[in-house]
Amino acid sequence: MLSTQDWIHAPLGVVEEKFAAAQKGSSPGWEAEVVEFFKEQLKEKSAQSLVPSLNDVPLHYLKPNSLVKFRCFIQDMFDPEFYMGVYETVDGPTDAKMLHCGKYRDVAECGVDFNSKNTVTAERQTFYCVPIPGENLWVKDGYAGSSQARVVASTSYVPSRQKRSYEEDEDMDTQPQKQAHAGLQGPTDLQSNADCKRQETEAPPTQAASASHLDLNFPLPGERGPACLVKVYEDWESFKLNDALEVFGILSVSPALSALAEERDASSSFLDPTEGMETAEEQRVHSPPASLVPRLHVLHAKPLQHNNPLLPHATSDDNGAFLSSTVAEMASVRAELLAYFTHVLLGDGLAAEFLLLHLLSSVYSRRDALPLGKFTLNLSGLPAASYSERLYQILQQLVPCSWYLAMSLQNMNQTRLRPRKDYTANRLVSGSLQLAQNTSLFLDETRLEPGQLDATGVCNVTALGNVITWQKVDYDFNYHQMEFPCNINVLIASEGRSLLPSDCRVHLEAQVTPAHLEEYLSSIQAFPQTSSQLNRFRIYLSVARLLDYSISDQMTKYVEEDFVEMRKDDPQGVSADDLHRMLVVARLLCLSLGQNHLSRDGWLRAKHMEMLRRSRMEQHQTVNGNEP
Amino acid sequence: MSSPASTPGGRKRGRNANPPTPNSEDPTSPPSQRRRGQDSSAGDLMPMPTSPATDLLSPAAPQDTSLFSSPRPSGPNEVDISSPLVYGTPSSRVEGTPRSGVRGTPARQRPDLGSVRKAPQVDLHSDQPSADNAVASEPSAGQNLVIWGTDVNVGTCKEKFQRFLQRFIDPTSTEDENAGLDLNEPLYMQKLEEISVVGDPVLNVNCRHVQSFDAELYRQLICYPQEVIPTFDMAVNELFFERFPDSVLEYQIQVRPYNALKTKNMRNLNPEDIDQLITLGGMVIRTSQLIPEMQEAFFQCQVCAFSARVEVDRGRIAEPAVCRNCNNTHSMTLVHNRSVFSDKQMIKIQESPEDMPAGQTPHTTILYAHNDLVDKVQPGDRVNITGIYRAVPMRVHPRQSNVRSVYKTHIDAIHFRKTDEKRLHGLDQDGEQKLFTEDRVQTLKELAAKPDVYERLASALAPSIYEHEDIKKGILLQLFGGTRKDFSQTGRGNFRAEVNILLCGDPGTSKSQLLQYVYNLVPRGQYTSGKGSSAVGLTAYVMKDPETRQLVLQTGALVLSDNGICCIDEFDKMSDNTRSVLHEVMEQQTLSIAKAGIICQLNARTAVLAAANPVESQWNPKKTTIENIQLPHTLLSRFDLIFLMLDPQDEAYDRRLAHHLVSLYYQSEEQMEEEFLDMAVLKDYIAYARTYISPRLSEEASQALIEAYVDMRKIGSGRGMVSAYPRQLESLIRLAEAHAKVRFSEKVETIDVEEAKRLHREALKQSATDPRTGFVDISILTTGMSATARKRKEEVAQALKKLIQAKGKTPAMKYQQLLEDLRGQSETAITKELFDEALRALADEDYLTVTGKTVRLLA
Repeated sequence: MLSTQDWIHAPLGVVEEKFAAAQKGSSPGWEAEVVEFFKEQLKEKSAQSLVPSLNDVPLHYLKPNSLVKFRCFIQDMFDPEFYMGVYETVDGPTDAKMLHCGKYRDVAECGVDFNSKNTVTAERQTFYCVPIPGENLWVKDGYAGSSQARVVASTSYVPSRQKRSYEEDEDMDTQPQKQAHAGLQGPTDLQSNADCKRQETEAPPTQAASASHLDLNFPLPGERGPACLVKVYEDWESFKLNDALEVFGILSVSPALSALAEERDASSSFLDPTEGMETAEEQRVHSPPASLVPRLHVLHAKPLQHNNPLLPHATSDDNGAFLSSTVAEMASVRAELLAYFTHVLLGDGLAAEFLLLHLLSSVYSRRDALPLGKFTLNLSGLPAASYSERLYQILQQLVPCSWYLAMSLQNMNQTRLRPRKDYTANRLVSGSLQLAQNTSLFLDETRLEPGQLDATGVCNVTALGNVITWQKVDYDFNYHQMEFPCNINVLIASEGRSLLPSDCRVHLEAQVTPAHLEEYLSSIQAFPQTSSQLNRFRIYLSVARLLDYSISDQMTKYVEEDFVEMRKDDPQGVSADDLHRMLVVARLLCLSLGQNHLSRDGWLRAKHMEMLRRSRMEQHQTVNGNEP
Repeated sequence: MSSPASTPGGRKRGRNANPPTPNSEDPTSPPSQRRRGQDSSAGDLMPMPTSPATDLLSPAAPQDTSLFSSPRPSGPNEVDISSPLVYGTPSSRVEGTPRSGVRGTPARQRPDLGSVRKAPQVDLHSDQPSADNAVASEPSAGQNLVIWGTDVNVGTCKEKFQRFLQRFIDPTSTEDENAGLDLNEPLYMQKLEEISVVGDPVLNVNCRHVQSFDAELYRQLICYPQEVIPTFDMAVNELFFERFPDSVLEYQIQVRPYNALKTKNMRNLNPEDIDQLITLGGMVIRTSQLIPEMQEAFFQCQVCAFSARVEVDRGRIAEPAVCRNCNNTHSMTLVHNRSVFSDKQMIKIQESPEDMPAGQTPHTTILYAHNDLVDKVQPGDRVNITGIYRAVPMRVHPRQSNVRSVYKTHIDAIHFRKTDEKRLHGLDQDGEQKLFTEDRVQTLKELAAKPDVYERLASALAPSIYEHEDIKKGILLQLFGGTRKDFSQTGRGNFRAEVNILLCGDPGTSKSQLLQYVYNLVPRGQYTSGKGSSAVGLTAYVMKDPETRQLVLQTGALVLSDNGICCIDEFDKMSDNTRSVLHEVMEQQTLSIAKAGIICQLNARTAVLAAANPVESQWNPKKTTIENIQLPHTLLSRFDLIFLMLDPQDEAYDRRLAHHLVSLYYQSEEQMEEEFLDMAVLKDYIAYARTYISPRLSEEASQALIEAYVDMRKIGSGRGMVSAYPRQLESLIRLAEAHAKVRFSEKVETIDVEEAKRLHREALKQSATDPRTGFVDISILTTGMSATARKRKEEVAQALKKLIQAKGKTPAMKYQQLLEDLRGQSETAITKELFDEALRALADEDYLTVTGKTVRLLA
């Protein structure tokens, strides 16, 4: 039978074999069998790690037509295409006819007999996928480190990436610390730092140059990585735009695909009217050179529930055990994390508590238009401009995906936040708000300066407002708008009250005197955290989000009573919105403690936190009365 | 092998080029049919006595190598333009007539416009000589022939279609294009008559009619459109020229089927639909420029001037290497001027937003329009297109046998139907008609039969928002709307059928949520925020199209929500300027535009659902609605219902609210669905009622309405104020009609009026109660001031006048002094505003003037 290497290196062989068997009539359901076969092979996590990943192995080290995996994000969906599922070729001289299988391939063999009755036309869907936007470095490295794929490079060159991953196996522990130090620089530095690393392993100069004239359409500026045309053969209705996926598929980089675009200009479209219908832009976008945008024929794809390399996948068996073990120690990790946040937030314990809850929030359901579970936090009263950046760097170390948007006038007027459909090229031009679920969006309002927002700016602010209030982004389809639900954790850092709406606003009360601020700020970064501690935090934040949650009837009663009481005491001050917020806070609080149901204690704590927050707000309001 | 020639474009091309004389046509057809029979048996045949080709340039000539047309010896002047069968013949014929080859005619293949079918699907082969299809008038072998690859027998098919045309009657037809036709006469014969009068040789055939008449024929039409449609063409032309032998047409009649039931949604297209007739709905997103496509190349020998025509085959021209006349090689040159081109246009359509599943991007499909269908549609148009779905393999390289194993797909358009065409002109029932399955209608009707359907639907509306039952009921009625009435003949024009609602109240009472819900519920809803929208954004603006550099009218939210609901949040934050455009929309339901040389009136039959916050952030119960929201009363009176969404602040309410909210957070989706009606059902219910139900007032209901109105007037008259105006009566009628729609009743009955009265009263009680007296006073909404307030103002003015008169002859007084004097004199508190108003009133009487801080007496 097949050795492990065979199904990874020559998956098409497996397909051919099954197809041939089917032709002899032994197994009619060969297509399902193929899928089943690969699913079976990939069940083992160890097997999965044997498959090289497009995310961390440069394309030119991968063998064409071999099995690869790709952790990606569906940026755009192209039209479905019809292909020859089965076709017949006629060998010129001998006139011998032969049946071929066209599935999982881009190019057919020579001498296709178009008139054959045996031709079967089938349908597949193409997704344009990019690496998950805003993926933080520790996630990338974490995945790369766990990969055991031995890539036999087509050249004699030994990929340096592979070498590094061996090292990482041993010194996983030191790695994140290195990054923590890297985090000392500004976010832009960090980015470029990452870029250098990436570039060295991934993009030879020539390729980088060619990439410049082809816009790979990444949602966030400054992103890098391979984009991929992912061809899906079944169940494509189940995939949605902006889904994060892990895809196992056959890599196709046939140069014939890119030849198409170049030959186009030479051959007169007049001769072949069928080819005159696409514009040059469309051609470029839909059939980019395969060396830059490889095709991936999917054998197996699964949606990513989370993008944390430290967590096992939800599908694997040891998941339950892992969960229970983490849940057991959640309370202690929470205390640690809280202490850390308190330290980071200049000794403000309440703000730290809310920040922690915010990081756990996620839209878990929608009622009509109302998203439930979102918890947008507005941290106001931040001391200095540089502070918010440092805060972001710290969060970057903890969450898998994040993005920092400085709300400067220029940024707001020039960034494209909402994706827009480009009908000339027939693609969805990405915008910065096209983000995978549970991405943390950090809005730095301290960068806001006086000036005038132009039309784009107003649009952008509206779009941000929509994300915060309704958790949806209106994509611009020129003739109409289309609403796409999203699930983005928005954290607004501002000096005063934010101009954007938020679910909860906490005014930071620094325990540090302004005189010592500088000193203190620099010490934050040096705050000793071992990578194992960091990893614990990362696991904690991801796991808490995955827990189930319920409210018992008894608790429902209790909360109702309590609300009525509260209204009696203060009919003006307590509204339905407050109840909404408290229910969310209570939910997050319980989850943060690893409880999967609302407890009386949790409710009281939530109430208490709310009370503290409100009293602080009132206090703050009386201090500077100009605040509304 | 021939490519299938029967795409509509192909047919038309021929027609455009050679206008046949009807007289000569008619006689030719029967013989040609006979010949066809012989074609398959006898090998040779004399050319038909057709009119000799008068027109050398006639490009269609080589095309009629068809089954039904006479094969002619080829030659430069062998052009048969008179055969009725010049076009529209199944391309199969080419191969079926061996003589064409024998006689040395050049290969006469029809170029297939943009569609290349690889299979040699066209041929004749003999069926079993069974004689059941004896309908044929000619007992020739031809009756047993079917087109290769199909089960279409040309003769039978033609016969059937002719019978369809002659006999089909659709008494229930409601299509607007059938207006003016006698529904009890054969529909299509009337249309043919119309063609003979108007001269537009296009016959649109509703496939649904074909289906109801002859299911087998319909099946064939759907499955083999490229064979069947030409047959239809032949049939209709024969019939037409038989009937109207004297009519002159530019070219022959084309049959354009539409409304094929095959597919409605682009997403459902799959490989099985290839080469079938489909109907798709979508939105045009891009149109290409006109592409002249060569159909036939004209070659001339440079030596002997002998000319030859070569048809384009799959985008290629086989250049004749040798002149057949003088046998010189490579002497033939292409003469562009004499080649035949046809118009072609590439159109891209995209799925309509309504058809799309959530979370996916819309699909697009490429269409080719040919000849007169070119430039029929513009980007942005919503269209229903009927056409043949095609798939063509893609070559990696034009001269390489290596192919990508992918097909390119497109649709050859046969028929366009703009679904939004009517929206700017009048009622559009047809385009909007949503298809309901029998089951669905049944469920909806069952639901309608329930006695508590009104309450059920109301509670199904925005379940996440608690209570506010009456507001929900009001919005529900708004969703259904009243009955459209047209009084344009009596000069009054259209009566507004839409119900406008204003919600005002404290911030944070989920007004916005309610608006969002409604916006998500209705197919043509628009959501704008008063803060962010300008007058042009709401109405329409003129801009320069970047591509064509022409001025184009871009419609705004109000026009876009025509026949829908326009939700306007933060109504109070809107600038006065913007608000002023609403006056026209909210009563006349039109929008007049006069700018940049474009003067027009657009329909904006939209219901307005607006939400406004009180000026002082909290609702002040001591003030009237007008004072609280500071909106002009002219606008307020255009709202049928004005609701206050206030925090009731009572314990029982709190308890229920808490329960509701908490359950929102823990109940699973399924539980919620059990409790409430599904949003989809609600949507369908509303759509069904809006389309099919148009209730009329019954006698009792009219009486009840009259009484209700008189009662309303009476209430106020006792205290010297008016409590109802005709506008309120109209509102009542609309609400009653809407309520009847909720019940799926064609008649407005007393219970509808009762509910309308109740709801109207409820809304009035909330919004038009005079806080000073506690009475409901409609004048608060109609004049902006309650009658008591007005009375009070007059009293103060009189008191002031008296005061001044009592002071004797002092020509000037201090403002402050006067105020204090008045305050001292009056037993009720006099505010500064009241005092100012009194001064103004007196100034209006020319009794005094106020300049700065002094008050001067006049006269």
